[in-house]
Amino acid sequence: MTTTVEKTAATPSAAAPSKKKARKFSPWGVLAWLAGLGFFFPVFWMVLTAFKSEADAATSPPKVIFSPTLDQFKAVFEQEIGPAFMNSVFATGISTVLVLLLGVPAAFALSLRPVRKTQDALFFFMSTKMLPIVAVILPLYVIVSNIGLLDNIWALVILYTAMNLPIAVWMMRSFFLEVPGELLEAASLDGASLWRSVREVILPLVSPGIAATALICVIFAWNEFFFAVNLTAVNAQTMPVYLVGFIAGQGQYWAVLSAAATLSALPVILCGWFAQNKLVRGLSFGAIK
Amino acid sequence: MTVTAETAAEADERAVAERVRKIRERQNVGVSRAEGWRRRGPLLPALIFMIVVTQIPFLLTLYYSTLSWNLVRPGSRQFVGLNNYIAVVQDSQFWRVGLNTVLLIVVVVLVSALLGLLLALLLDRAFLGRGVVRTLLITPFLVTPVAAALIWKTTILDPTNGILNWLLSLVGIGPVDWIGEFPLTMVMVELIWQWTPFMMLLILAGLQSMPRDILEAGRVDGAAAFQLFRELTLPHLRRFIELGVVLGAIYLVNTFDAIYMMTQGGPGIASANLPFYIYQRAFLGFDMGQAAAMGVVVVIFTIIIANFALRLIFKSFSGKEEAA
Amino acid sequence: MKPLRRALHRLAVCAAASGLVLTAGCAGAGSFGASENEVTIALVSNSQMTDAQELSTDFEAKNPGTKLKFITLSENQARAKITMSAAMGGSEFDVVMISNFETPQWARDGWLLNLSDYAKNTPGYDENDFIPSLRESLSYEGDMYSVPFYGESSFLMYRKDLFEQAGIKVNQDKNYQPTWQEVADWAKTVKTDDRAGICLRGKPGWGEVLAPLDTVINTFGGRWFDEKWNAQLNSPEVKRAVNFYVDLIGQAGELGASSSGFQECANLFGQGQTAMWYDATSAVSVLEDPKSYPELQGKIGYLAAPIAEKPNSGWLYTWSLGIPQGAKNPDGAWKFISWMTSKEYLRMVGEKLGWARVPPGSRTSTYTELPEYEAISKSYGPLTLQSIKNATPNKPTVQPVPYTGVQFVGIPEFQDLGTRVSQQISAAIAGQKSVDDALEQSQKYAEVVGRTYQEK
Repeated sequence: MTTTVEKTAATPSAAAPSKKKARKFSPWGVLAWLAGLGFFFPVFWMVLTAFKSEADAATSPPKVIFSPTLDQFKAVFEQEIGPAFMNSVFATGISTVLVLLLGVPAAFALSLRPVRKTQDALFFFMSTKMLPIVAVILPLYVIVSNIGLLDNIWALVILYTAMNLPIAVWMMRSFFLEVPGELLEAASLDGASLWRSVREVILPLVSPGIAATALICVIFAWNEFFFAVNLTAVNAQTMPVYLVGFIAGQGQYWAVLSAAATLSALPVILCGWFAQNKLVRGLSFGAIK
Repeated sequence: MTVTAETAAEADERAVAERVRKIRERQNVGVSRAEGWRRRGPLLPALIFMIVVTQIPFLLTLYYSTLSWNLVRPGSRQFVGLNNYIAVVQDSQFWRVGLNTVLLIVVVVLVSALLGLLLALLLDRAFLGRGVVRTLLITPFLVTPVAAALIWKTTILDPTNGILNWLLSLVGIGPVDWIGEFPLTMVMVELIWQWTPFMMLLILAGLQSMPRDILEAGRVDGAAAFQLFRELTLPHLRRFIELGVVLGAIYLVNTFDAIYMMTQGGPGIASANLPFYIYQRAFLGFDMGQAAAMGVVVVIFTIIIANFALRLIFKSFSGKEEAA
Repeated sequence: MKPLRRALHRLAVCAAASGLVLTAGCAGAGSFGASENEVTIALVSNSQMTDAQELSTDFEAKNPGTKLKFITLSENQARAKITMSAAMGGSEFDVVMISNFETPQWARDGWLLNLSDYAKNTPGYDENDFIPSLRESLSYEGDMYSVPFYGESSFLMYRKDLFEQAGIKVNQDKNYQPTWQEVADWAKTVKTDDRAGICLRGKPGWGEVLAPLDTVINTFGGRWFDEKWNAQLNSPEVKRAVNFYVDLIGQAGELGASSSGFQECANLFGQGQTAMWYDATSAVSVLEDPKSYPELQGKIGYLAAPIAEKPNSGWLYTWSLGIPQGAKNPDGAWKFISWMTSKEYLRMVGEKLGWARVPPGSRTSTYTELPEYEAISKSYGPLTLQSIKNATPNKPTVQPVPYTGVQFVGIPEFQDLGTRVSQQISAAIAGQKSVDDALEQSQKYAEVVGRTYQEK
C-alpha cells in the first residue's frame, strides 16, 4: 500500500485530464454538446437580436431568418458609448491595480512570513465580503456626496478596490503558499535580502496566480452595477449603467438593447475566453497545479 | 482497500504544511518586536484601507438607524432610539422578503452546484470539441449580470414575443406570463444560469486534480462506476463543492441586478430580496432611518450565518497550513 | 517558447500600464468628457424627451460653447435619482425633469430655484401662454418653480375600425363621457384570443398603475383619506373601484398586465394587440406618428375619460423642467429650459419630426397658433385641451379630501406610500393575492402616513 501512496505523491502528472482514448461520438459527448449549446443559447440569441431591426426583434414567432443590419450598433455608438466605456476601463483597471498593490503584500504577510493572528486577519477580510453592501450604501451615498465625489469615477475606483480586495488576498495567499520552501531557504542561504528573494524568486513563480486573481477582479469590477447606478449620474457612468439607459424610449427597444448589451459584455467575455485556464486556476484557488 | 484517493492529496497538503511550519519555526526563533512589525507592515495598507472603507460607513449606518429621518420631509431628522428596529421587527414584509432571500440563496446555490457537478463530470471525459464546449459553458458567468437579466426578461421570457413561450407553443402549452406568475422562480433560473459555470469550473478543477491511478485500481478491483464515484470521487470533490457553495452564497447574498432588471421585486414583494427591499426603502421611499435599521438587522443575521460558513471553509481549506 | 511568452506578457503589462496612466491623466477632472460650459440634464425617457435630445443639436448650434449632457432613465428610476439629489442639495444636475407633484412641495422646501424672474427676462417666452391649470399646479405663492414641457390628462383611445366590425356604436357628441360599465362591456365584446379588449396599466409605481387607478377610484366615489386624514383604502367605494379595475383586466385586459406600464400598452396598441387603451392624452405623440404606426392613421377614436359618479375624471399631469438649488450652472440651465419649453421649439418639432410629435398640452398657443398641428390633430386636439382644462386637482373626489391631486396625493410621503400600495395592487392584478388582501395591507401603510398628518 505504501508504495502506491509514494508513487502517486511523486507523480503529479497522474492528475492530468483523463487521457482515455477519445471516442468521437460518445453519448456523453453529445450530452455535453447539448448542455453547452443550451447554456450558450441566451448569449447567442442576444448577439443575434443585436443584428435585427426593431420590428424583427420583437415578433411572435421569433425570427431566425432575417436580413441583418448594423443599424443598432450604429445607434449605440451615436448614443456616446465612448465615455461610458472609458469609465469602465478606468474604474476596472485602476481598481485592479490597486487591489494587486495592496493585496500582494498582504497575502505575502499572511502566508510566507506569517503574522501572528493570521486567522483573525483572514477572517476579518472575508467578513467584510459577507457584509451586505446594501447596509452601507446609504452612508456611502451621504459620505460620497459630502466629499463631492458623487458622479466621479474615483468613488467607484475606491469601492471596487474594497469590493475585490478580500477575495484577492485570499486567492493570492493560496498561491504564495505553493511556493516550495526549499527555494526560499536556498535564496536566504545565498545571502539574498528579503526584497530580492521576493522579487527574483517568489514573484515569477506566483505571477500566473496573480494574473488569475487580476482576471477575477476585472470580471467583477467590470460587471458591477449597484454602486455604479447609485453613485453616478452622467459623467462617471459605467457600461452597465449606460446599458440600462437603452431600456426606455419609444416603442420597441429590444434590438438596440441587445446591441448595447453585446458591446458591454464583450470585453469581459473575450478576456474570459482567452484566459480560460487562468480563470480555472484562479477560481480553484490554486488547488490544481 | 485501505488506500483512499485522499491520501495523495492529503499527502501533498501535509507536505506543504510541513514546509510552511519549518519556515515558520526557523523564522519564529527569536522574533523581535521590530521583526513583528516588519512582518505586519505589508499587511497594514490593505487592512487599514478595508477598515476605513467598510467599517466607517457601517458605523454611520448604526447611527442613522437611530434616527427617524425621511429625506423628503425636511426637519424630520430626530433621535428615536430603537423605534426603527421595533418597526422593522413588526414589518411582516421585511420577514417575507428575508424568507425570499434565504430561499433564493439556498435554491440557487444547491441547484447550480448540482448542475455544475453534472457538467463537470461530462466535461471530464474526452470527446470531440471538448474545449469548445467548455468555452460555451463558461460564458454565462462572464456576461454582465445586468445585460443577462435584461435579455432574459425581454427576448426570452416576454409573454407575447419571447422565445420561451414560442418554443412551448410548439408543444401546445399556452402563453405563460412567466415574470408575472413566477417572479422569484424566474430570478432563480436566471441566477442558476449565471452561476452554474462557476460551480462547474471549481468542480472540474477538483476532478482534474484527482489522481487517476486510484480510480483505475478500483476499476480493476471490480468496483462499479457509481461506487467509485461515491467512495472515491465525491469525497475528493467535497472541499471544492464546499468552496463553491460558500463563495456562491457570499456573492448571492448581495443579488440585486437580476431583481432590479427583471421584476423590480414585484409583483408586490413576491420576488424582492433584502438588498432590493432595503434599496427601495432608501432610494425610492427615502426613509433613511428605517432602511439603516433594516441594514443592521441583515448584517447581524449575516454575521451569525457567516460564522458557521467561514469556519467551514477554513476547516476544509486550511489543510495547507496547520493552525498555529 | 517560454521566454518569448514572458516577453510578450511583460509587453502587454507595460502597454496596459501606460494606457492606464494616460487615461488617468484624462480623467483628472474625475470623469471622461467633462468640459467647460456644461449643462447636465436629467430627463425621463418618454418619446417626447428623446425627441428633445435628438433636436438638442439646434440648441448647441444657437449656443456655441455650451455642452449638453443628458441622462435619461425610466420614470421610477429618474424620480428616485432626482429626488435623492434634490433632497441632499446635490449638484449633479443643472436641469431636472419633475412634475406638478414635486414642484409645490420642493418649492416650499427651498429645493428649487424661482423661475419667474428668469422667465420675465427672457423676451418672447410668454409664461402666461401656459395652460392655466398647469401653470397653477407648478406655482408656489404665485411664482413658477418649474415650467411645463408637456401636459396631459387622460382619455380613452379605441380602434374605430374594430368597433365597427363588432357593431358597437359610439356617441359622437363632443361633451359625451362614457361610463366605465359601458367601457367594460365594449372591451368584452371586441376582445379575441390574440387581442386584448382593453389595455390598462398594472405596473407597480405610483406614476404607473396608480395614475389610471386613482382616477377610477375618484370617479367611483372613493378617496385616499377623509378630511381628518383617516385612511380610506378599505372603504366600500375604493373596494368597488379596485375590484372593477382588476376584474376588467382579468376578463378583457392584456397578458402580463402586472408589468405593463405606459410603454408596454403603447406597444400593444400600436401593434394591434389591443382594441382600447385608457391612458395619457400624450400617447398621441406615439400612436398618431405616421412614421411609427402608419397603418393606424385615421383608425383611432378618442373619448373623454370614462366616469361613474363623478364627471371630468381625467387626471392632470405635466412633466416640467426645474433647476435644483445646488445646480452648478443655473444660467446655462435656464437657457436650455427656455429653449425646450418655448413656442419656437414646438414649431421646430412639428417641422423637423412631424406634427404628431409636437409635445402636447403645455401651451394654449399650440392649439391656436399652429395651423399645421390643428389640421392633423382634429380627432384628439380639442379633446386633449378640454380634458386638461376640465381636470379638477383641487377637488378631485366626490367626498371632500384634505389633499390635492387627481391621480396622486400631493404629500411628500406619497412617493413611498404610493409605491408600496401600487406594489400591492400589482400583485392583485397578477393574481398573487386578492384585492381585499391588497387593500388591507395598503390601508395599513396609509394609516401610518395619515397618523403623522393627524398629529400635526
